[in-house]
Amino acid sequence: MTRLAAARGGLGRWARGDSWTVGLIVIFAALFVFTKILRPTYGLDALAIASLPVAFAAAGQAIVVISGGIDLSIGSVMALTNVIAASLLLSYPELSVPIVIFVMLVGLLIGAINGVLVVVSRVPDIVVTLAMLFVWAGVALLVLGTPGGASTSWLRQISSGTLGIELIPRALVVLLAIVGVVWIPLRRSRLGLSIYAIGSNRLAAFRSGVNVEGTKIAAYALTGFFASLGGLALTASTGIGTPIPGPYLLLSVAAIVLGGVSLAGGRGGLLGPIVGIYILGIIRADLTFIGMEPAFSTVIQGVIMVVVVMVGAYLTLRRRLA
Amino acid sequence: MTELLLDASGVVKRYGSVTALRDASLSIRPGEIHALMGANGAGKSTFVKVLTGAVRPDAGTIILRGQERQAHSPAEARRSGMVSVYQEPAILPDLTVLENLVLTETPVEAFRTQLDDLGIKNLDLRAHARNLPLATLRVIDLARALAIEPDVLLLDEMTAALPADLTAGVLEAIARQRGTSRSVIFISHRMLEVAGLCDRATVLRDGSTVGVVDVSPGAEHEIVDLMLGSAREGEERGATAPSAPRTAQAADATPRLSARNLAAGRNLVDVSFDLHEGEVLGLVALEGQGQDELFDVLSGQVRPESGQVLIDGGAVHFGHPSDAIRAGVVLVPADRSSALLMQRSVRENVALPRLAGVRSWGLINVGEERRQVGAAIDRLQIDTRAQAEVQRLSGGNQQKVTIARWLSSSVRTYLFYDPTRGIDIRTKAEIYDLVRELAGAGAAVLLLTSELEEIKRVCDRAIVVFGGTVVDEMPADVADEPTLLRSAHGLEAAMAAVAASAAAAPDGQAS
Repeated sequence: MTRLAAARGGLGRWARGDSWTVGLIVIFAALFVFTKILRPTYGLDALAIASLPVAFAAAGQAIVVISGGIDLSIGSVMALTNVIAASLLLSYPELSVPIVIFVMLVGLLIGAINGVLVVVSRVPDIVVTLAMLFVWAGVALLVLGTPGGASTSWLRQISSGTLGIELIPRALVVLLAIVGVVWIPLRRSRLGLSIYAIGSNRLAAFRSGVNVEGTKIAAYALTGFFASLGGLALTASTGIGTPIPGPYLLLSVAAIVLGGVSLAGGRGGLLGPIVGIYILGIIRADLTFIGMEPAFSTVIQGVIMVVVVMVGAYLTLRRRLA
Repeated sequence: MTELLLDASGVVKRYGSVTALRDASLSIRPGEIHALMGANGAGKSTFVKVLTGAVRPDAGTIILRGQERQAHSPAEARRSGMVSVYQEPAILPDLTVLENLVLTETPVEAFRTQLDDLGIKNLDLRAHARNLPLATLRVIDLARALAIEPDVLLLDEMTAALPADLTAGVLEAIARQRGTSRSVIFISHRMLEVAGLCDRATVLRDGSTVGVVDVSPGAEHEIVDLMLGSAREGEERGATAPSAPRTAQAADATPRLSARNLAAGRNLVDVSFDLHEGEVLGLVALEGQGQDELFDVLSGQVRPESGQVLIDGGAVHFGHPSDAIRAGVVLVPADRSSALLMQRSVRENVALPRLAGVRSWGLINVGEERRQVGAAIDRLQIDTRAQAEVQRLSGGNQQKVTIARWLSSSVRTYLFYDPTRGIDIRTKAEIYDLVRELAGAGAAVLLLTSELEEIKRVCDRAIVVFGGTVVDEMPADVADEPTLLRSAHGLEAAMAAVAASAAAAPDGQAS
């Protein structure tokens, strides 16, 4: 009876429909408790700040993968938007708000360019975005040849520290607020449904009247938008612009795989990959705390990922056969 | 009595509880061209798989040149002297023609000779198969088979969708096998080819061989009768039963949808018909007669190369399925996996096309959507216990979802492409009732079906498409299976005679 009542509520329905993400949150909570025992001074805010850029990347990557594509240029786009923001903020510190908005629009535009190239060239997504990885990385070096530039104080302030109690880091609030404001309405819109539709079955979507090409371009544009947020988060946390992309592409793909997004498209959400990033981050911290050699720790991270995905696939299979 | 080249007898094949072959047999004499005939679901394709070693029978013997053959794979069947050529050429697209020959140990000179005879001269053997047209590949496949000089050559729908000049060459090459020590098993929907080419025909029905016919003038009718068998008797009994009341429509009213001389691709040549409000128009065609292209054009997926589509008398140009949907024309395809988002929920699948009709990219009205989706699900009594993912529904329920998603007052024309293929009898009946109900409410329905008895049961009128054109049109009450089947095989002359006798004896008891 209580189960039924809970299932009727929105939260209950979400938990039932997205049991994968719930499982990930439970895993993360267990890891967090473990970390606290290991090192009582460990705070969630350090993890949240460090994870913010790559969490935005994972959210962006999730959208394009759900639509049936993949964006290999996401790390380069982050670097490019990072250096654009840092250079402009150094030259015009008084225009920080318009600059931040401008950088977001640049991200949207870059993503749209990626999408248009994929649609028009009919070359596989992975090839086009691999090429664009080099293009956007080169443009980033043109904008800023060496690390430099500046950040602005409010960017740093909104993403560091905690809100009231220690368990609510500002960076997490910013992340969830932005993702929520963009994704929740989108999920309930025709565009959101179309993104899932073209990733699930292109022909069926086409036959249902979906504008397949337009939807694909929109999905890439959204990915570019989130990549620019990642770039801004880099500017905020490092205080400068760095033209060489970090390891964000592979981390974003790892996070979506861990987060229950099907690489074949059409399945998953944004919350799972974000939790996935947090899990990968806290595991890395734990392995440092227990004094694991860094080289060995990356091996462990990889093994954990494979095991989690395998267990997940097994559980899904069992549920389907039941 | 000459010794038989191939003698298969008592072949049984069961798939679980389904018996695909009960008692299939086939005897081939040396040097003969032998047709293997059967309606859809008669077990023809299973029998071919058994003969070529792709499937192991549960019982029965296959004797080749006096020796019992036990081939467990197509490769073994090939070594024992039996080679088959299918509708889809077994040629690897990324290799050159020569590499394909080497792979199958085909003598190149013999292949050249055969290819010349078939009407393809000066083919560059270094060309990649991918870059050659499909018709050429099929002829290459045949030449490769002929070059090996197999004892038994099995040709499955060899001439379907071949251009006329190549068809002539192919038929001549097959005819040349007559009188050698080798034989050909010829499978074709085209009755006229069978009549012109074959010596004898074996007819399968419901998994059993029901007759072997010497092909002589007039034998086509005997073959059709054998193919139909009891189904035909049942049909004739059914003809006297009262049929469902149909809405009469004024013939001079403007049709809801008209096709005018539509042509597209290789198969759709010139199709015209009218579809009226409240009418269910049946469409009968054998495979590859242009019906796929016709449905693609009508649903806005493909632009016609020539001809016109008219809605309520006005010409329309569909550039995208959403144009057709906005004009109230929707497609329900047979292949559910090409209509549904299998990993997504019933709700999303029902909601998607409703949104496609709207031009904005706006927010979904949650309450309104839930109400509409609920109404559609209720109307079709879809079992939604597994509604989180459509792929977990049964085939019948999946098919209901493909229809439910289009139940809306703005949809005025339904294009059903074989909606009852592969679903259970109860769901079939529900879908028939629904189609009649839609028409009763004023919708126009075009219903392509591969199950001919559906025409009488559901339709008001039927058209038959053969070779990319409409070859026949008749009211549903005279559209019994023999009539439709003859017509669909392109036997127009026979058709005219049947129509005349049906007119003379309107109760359908012509004898």
